[in-house]
Amino acid sequence: MIRVVLPVHLRTLARTGKEIRVEVAGAVTQRGVLDAVERDYPMLAGTVRDRRTGQRRPLVRFFACEEDLSNESPDALLPDRVAKGEEPFMIVGAMAGG
Amino acid sequence: MGHSGRMTGVRLLVGTRKGAFILTSDGARKDWTVDGPHFAGWEIYHVNGSPAEPDRLYASQSSGWFGQIMQRSDDGGKNWQAVGNDFAYQGEVGEHLWYDGTPRPWEFKRIWHLEPSPTDVDTVWAGGEDAALYKSTDGGQKWEELTGLRQHPTGPKWQPGAGGMCLHTILLHPSDPDRMYVAISAAGAFRTDDGGATWQPINAGLRSDGIPDEDAEVGHCVHRLALHPSRPDTLFMQKHWDVMRTDDAGGRWREVSGNLPTDFGFPIAVHAHQPETIYVVPITSDSLHYVMDGKLRVYRSRSGGEEWEPLTAGLPQSHCYVNVLRDAMAVDTLDECGVYFGTSGGQVYASADSGDNWTAIVRDLPPVLSVEVQVLP
Repeated sequence: MIRVVLPVHLRTLARTGKEIRVEVAGAVTQRGVLDAVERDYPMLAGTVRDRRTGQRRPLVRFFACEEDLSNESPDALLPDRVAKGEEPFMIVGAMAGG
Repeated sequence: MGHSGRMTGVRLLVGTRKGAFILTSDGARKDWTVDGPHFAGWEIYHVNGSPAEPDRLYASQSSGWFGQIMQRSDDGGKNWQAVGNDFAYQGEVGEHLWYDGTPRPWEFKRIWHLEPSPTDVDTVWAGGEDAALYKSTDGGQKWEELTGLRQHPTGPKWQPGAGGMCLHTILLHPSDPDRMYVAISAAGAFRTDDGGATWQPINAGLRSDGIPDEDAEVGHCVHRLALHPSRPDTLFMQKHWDVMRTDDAGGRWREVSGNLPTDFGFPIAVHAHQPETIYVVPITSDSLHYVMDGKLRVYRSRSGGEEWEPLTAGLPQSHCYVNVLRDAMAVDTLDECGVYFGTSGGQVYASADSGDNWTAIVRDLPPVLSVEVQVLP
């Protein structure tokens, strides 16, 4: 299982706690994880990625293992520790605005 | 219990920059219960209820971070469920003018306004930014764009107002389901006579000195339209500057600003039982978006415009610098018409006597974006 940490507003929307766990079939990539998140929590569709283009929304960031993976290819493999469930994939609202 | 034979409730649906609030009272409209915030921390541009089933509510929830969510309640706002948020532009997306005059593809940002059907609980229209009109017939799960509006031949000439290129007003004709009016900042007002398939601009008579051709077919920054159901061919308009009216369904507008101290403003509303009694909240100017002279004054005309009187009883008359946004005023349909509005300072004011006297129901909400009122059986 892949651990995913959601930002506060998406936890409220998905009615879940800080961390969710999703099953990813195949390679553990950003796209694979986000597909699984949207499959299990359909109300999150469109909140992290643009529904049309599939691109990360501008004020959303992806962190894992103390790295900013926001601009990595959605098909690049995520760090091994994320794939093994040792570290979470973190979806973060960018620090901006009020 | 009730002092008359009939118990009547009033429910205000208030959208703010940081959540939704539901304010309820009995028919006396003196004592209010405040419930909220719902969707805390999110921008709630609009909450509106179905006239066909008042406990069916729709709420437009959005955030600069996480985009557009649509919420629905089937129990008057106690419980909510997220419904469909796929607001796709259908067919050719096309381009409109950007602020700098260059072409720019339509890009969805949020839903500004929700207009539920008066007869079918599951039918609701939604007005979007960048300007488009959507319709759902399944209680908000799926949204279909009525493309005839966005693809109007003048579309490439539409340009955003300062608040974005939003479709903010949807008026349904009270008896002819094929006729609707919408307004877009800053394209103007449009009418359909075939249920939304085709649209015509209805801006003749508007003059806007902020655009190169002051009486152009489109390009006017219409802030709000209102009508009384007994006279569906008469529309009232608060334009950027100027209060206007038409008596032929938009064929021709004439200015009725009359003796207003300033005719800039956002909301306009019509009394529930007097079709020539209308309300506006004059704002100092396009560059000073707050009330004039530090005084919060609603202006009422009992003659359909031209002659206006300030309504000040219970409203702050010094050191007040709030604004009232376009969707933040509503009237109820009780025998003695109630009038309500919310401010950028977080106050929601109510009058239970057509505007003669006002009290603040709440004073410290986040900035208010919208106010709707429901009379409950």
